[in-house]
Amino acid sequence: MALIRLSSPHVSKANSTANVMRLVLIATLPGILAMTFFFGWGTLIQIALACSLALAFEAAALKLRKRPLGFFLSDGSALVTAILLAVAIPPFSAWWVTATGIFFAIVIAKHLYGGLGNNPFNPAMVAYALLLVSFPVEMTRWTSPMTQHGGGWEIAGFIDTLQAIFGSVDAVFYDSFTGATPLDVLKHRGGLTTEELWRQSDVLSSGVGAWYAVSAAWFMGGIFLLSRKIFTWHAPLSMLIALFLTASAFYGFDPDNYVNPVVHLSVGATMLGAFFIATDPVTSATSNKGKMVFGALLGVLIYVIRTWGNYPDAVAFAVLLMNLCAPFIDQYTQPRSFGHTRANRGMKGKNQ
Amino acid sequence: MSKVFSFHGGIHPPGNKKRSTRAAIGKAPLPKTLVVPMQQHIGGPADPLVKIGDQVLKGQLIAEPISRISAAIHAPTSGKVVDVAAYPIPHASGLSEECIVIESDGEDRWIEHQGLDDYRQLRRQDLIEHIRNCGIAGMGGAGFPTDVKLHLSEDHIVNTLIINAAECEPYITADDMLMRERAHEVLGGIEIIAHLLRPSHVLIGIEDNKPNAIHALEAVLKDTELNIDIVVVPTKYPSGGERQLIKLLTDLEVPSGRIPADIGIVCQNVGTTAAVYRAVHYGEPLISRIVTVTGDAVLHPRNLETLIGTPFSTLLEACDLRPEALSKLVMGGPMMGVTVENDQIPVIKTTNCLIAATAQEMPLAPPAQACIRCGMCEQACPAELLPQQLYWFAKGREFDKAKHHNLFDCIECGACAYVCPSNIPLVQYYRYAKSEIRTEQRDQQKADHARQRFEARQARLEREVAEKEARRKARAEEAAKAQQQKAATQSDASPQPAAAAEPDAKQLKTAAAVARTKLKKAQKAYDEAVGTNADNLAELEAALNDARSKAEAAEKALAAGAPATEEGSGDDLKQLKVAAAVARTKLKKAQDALKNAEDKGLDGVDKLRATLVTLENKAEEAQQAYEQAANKPASPSPAPTEEKPAEVDIKALKQQVSIMRTKLKKAESALDGCEDEAEIARMKTEVNELKQRFEQATAEFDKAEQALIERAAKSGIDLKQLRIDAAMARAAVTKGERSLSKADNDDERSQIEQELTSARAKADELNLTLSQYE
Ligand code: SF4
Ligand code: SF4
Repeated sequence: MALIRLSSPHVSKANSTANVMRLVLIATLPGILAMTFFFGWGTLIQIALACSLALAFEAAALKLRKRPLGFFLSDGSALVTAILLAVAIPPFSAWWVTATGIFFAIVIAKHLYGGLGNNPFNPAMVAYALLLVSFPVEMTRWTSPMTQHGGGWEIAGFIDTLQAIFGSVDAVFYDSFTGATPLDVLKHRGGLTTEELWRQSDVLSSGVGAWYAVSAAWFMGGIFLLSRKIFTWHAPLSMLIALFLTASAFYGFDPDNYVNPVVHLSVGATMLGAFFIATDPVTSATSNKGKMVFGALLGVLIYVIRTWGNYPDAVAFAVLLMNLCAPFIDQYTQPRSFGHTRANRGMKGKNQ
Repeated sequence: MSKVFSFHGGIHPPGNKKRSTRAAIGKAPLPKTLVVPMQQHIGGPADPLVKIGDQVLKGQLIAEPISRISAAIHAPTSGKVVDVAAYPIPHASGLSEECIVIESDGEDRWIEHQGLDDYRQLRRQDLIEHIRNCGIAGMGGAGFPTDVKLHLSEDHIVNTLIINAAECEPYITADDMLMRERAHEVLGGIEIIAHLLRPSHVLIGIEDNKPNAIHALEAVLKDTELNIDIVVVPTKYPSGGERQLIKLLTDLEVPSGRIPADIGIVCQNVGTTAAVYRAVHYGEPLISRIVTVTGDAVLHPRNLETLIGTPFSTLLEACDLRPEALSKLVMGGPMMGVTVENDQIPVIKTTNCLIAATAQEMPLAPPAQACIRCGMCEQACPAELLPQQLYWFAKGREFDKAKHHNLFDCIECGACAYVCPSNIPLVQYYRYAKSEIRTEQRDQQKADHARQRFEARQARLEREVAEKEARRKARAEEAAKAQQQKAATQSDASPQPAAAAEPDAKQLKTAAAVARTKLKKAQKAYDEAVGTNADNLAELEAALNDARSKAEAAEKALAAGAPATEEGSGDDLKQLKVAAAVARTKLKKAQDALKNAEDKGLDGVDKLRATLVTLENKAEEAQQAYEQAANKPASPSPAPTEEKPAEVDIKALKQQVSIMRTKLKKAESALDGCEDEAEIARMKTEVNELKQRFEQATAEFDKAEQALIERAAKSGIDLKQLRIDAAMARAAVTKGERSLSKADNDDERSQIEQELTSARAKADELNLTLSQYE
């Protein structure tokens, strides 16, 4: 009988990192569908492109780092990164924009830092921020939702979209199918009050519904993950509440110049950020208390950058800044352990 | 019914309990040979009393406890002792330890034994002693000697007795079946323990997956006078962890680094209560226990009443093992149990379960992936730690940080590793980090110790030189004076007065001993009186103080007188020489063993090394003592009294502290119960006052103790070590006496007598030294 000596425990729950990632992928489906419905094929094409590139880069990086390929590829983390980046960039962006982004996310932001689990910054957000800084024109030319075109379900054709992404199309195409995002409009208002803006702007008066719907879809995905206990409520909830409260304070004080808090919650990448990015376990704080602090500061930062910063949407920058703070937050939000009267703080306690 | 609270975290692994509860408790077959380890409990290993060839009867004492925290061991069946040597024992390390091997004669003949007629008539002390003699140790997992816990009510106030019947680990049903079939034994045991600890409340914590056991308990509880509640807690691992169960039942958290008794709670396992019952009512020592034999690789999983020392293979056969299906043999539960590689390993007092698992049942863990910091481990951790952070720290060898994140509060329950999606063997990392930190600390201590010893030696040498100088001067002066005197008054020759005043050291010694005994007696009487609130407290206190001052006086006289006679006596010198030689031999042996172990790369090297260092110290000390004695046989010794500045009675202080504590607690509870406003205010001030006094007493006590230790350290002696040595020497004397009474031929007797004398001398000497410091 060949018995072996092993350390306890001898059983484990049937779950795996791959499983976690699979659930996250499933949870992105409503959001992807909604985006496709409102903004056309671009989103799907971007996702396909991003995923294949991500797998290729991941494989190459693993190979260079001499890690077992199949084992690590199957954990699905590269796909999650790819999808998050693909839905964040404008659907009609050229292929090289996506490729640059994915390369940066997978190779630089992830593997150069030591691979999954060791990366201090969220790879998708690093890539997005880089693209936004490098290609501001492409990155702000968002597809206008089909609700804006007047009658019926009318989106750019599949072939046209492919051409837009991989080849080049004439400017007319862009003009007819792209525009500014609501946040863009709200930002560059040119002296108009918020109310006037709502009446004047196309995207605000007729297009914003699409954005609301997309946000709702992301929200659904988030709730699904929450119910499957993939993450806890702490980070998303505190982020949304913080954003809402900050926005309410300013809006209540001066509604002409500041944006309605409900709009803040439901346009741009707020929902995506709350449920898919702030909850990225690798780069956020660890303890429940830490996650709450992380989320709340994130919410405030998003508002601040949106309102006074130079870029229209702020989730990426806010997340990166908060990633930077996460280890620090961890130090000061250790939970009170069982049998201790208070929690330890900082690096080393005085009580030792 | 009491309220149930909750603790953070926990997991719900599949129970797999039903399969082993279908059959009633069976009886395991009597094996041919039984291997009985000397260490089945926490604490010091027991000391064998039998040698190869001895005939033993079932229930006969074959090894006795040699320290306070240790347990007696009895022969599980009748037969012949065939070996006393190291055999593999059931321990995670896979090490071998000393065991007594008994070849059974098949008759299973009991030694004469009988229960106590009415234990309530007995003195508590005697009852506890009886339980200790029956070798009862906690049967839940750790195996803590039960008698030690039963003494707890002496210096703690025990409000609540908790009976741990949770049995939260999957697969195990030994306690469940015990309660179903022998609920009256459980209750009987609880009554005995409650009689000893006098709790105001008894709680039985049991998981809701054992309805039958709950019914059985409820049925027997109907006719008890005790205040017992069965508290049914939801099934969740690890609700059976001591601290977790206490939290569940009382909502109290045992402070980190403290024991439950510090918050007035004592926990006992149900199995232990039944063992106590059998010991008290039938006089049966702990020689068998119920073991769950289960797992997919046995065809008939069930519970078996098994003799301690039965090899696992016997149990597996009895339950029809399918050898080809067996892939892992786990002793204990799947969460905290240990795997064993050898089916000849014996059942011990803490073996509650044996799982013969197939490869499908407990597959090898897949390779670990990177930690994605998903936080699932944190949600599961019952100790409210951050397992993922601890893992990073352990992996990166940042032990300081790990410690700061309360690594040592981890109970190694394995809940975190169970939920981890990346299959990281987290518990293994924690064990590694803990052992690294412990080693580090030990090294540090060793270094400190060595430094202290060096400094002490340096100081002593300097002192000696100075003294020598002083003496020389004194002699010269005296000589000069004498010369002068001689010259001046030749006729006036008065006799030296010194010899006349020399006190008789022996007499002093006896006087001191008598005084000490008296003091002890007085103290005891006083203690008891305090415990029972007797009226003549003041009287007793006066008597106590009287005795104390007398003892002190005697002690002082002795200290002043003793050294004068001690030096110069040839006996002592010889003895010291022998001691030095013995120490050297031991040292040599240990060195060899260490070398041997190191060559083979065995696990126990650390332990051996530690022993070696102690032995080295001892040898050095002995040698020094010898040299010191040999070098100056005639010179007057330096008076040791100089080492004793303010004589503080440490015992009295301790007493003071505990009295204050009791008073404070009483006052506090009175305050809690009080309703009247004015009364409350008055009581509050009283409590505050008491608190202050308590703190003062504690501080004084701490100071005194510190001073004591420092004093001892200064003179190069580790008080603790000294205490242990003294205890060991005393034990050796008892042992010698016993073997003397057994020896039959003269030769042997005289030899033993000789040994005994030297052992006695050593014990006396150590006791004396010790009494100087205590
Ligand atoms: S459960 Fe495993 S992967 Fe998740 S945070 Fe804990 S250690 Fe890391
Ligand atoms: S093994 Fe330690 S860290 Fe892991 S869950 Fe149990 S107590 Fe927490």
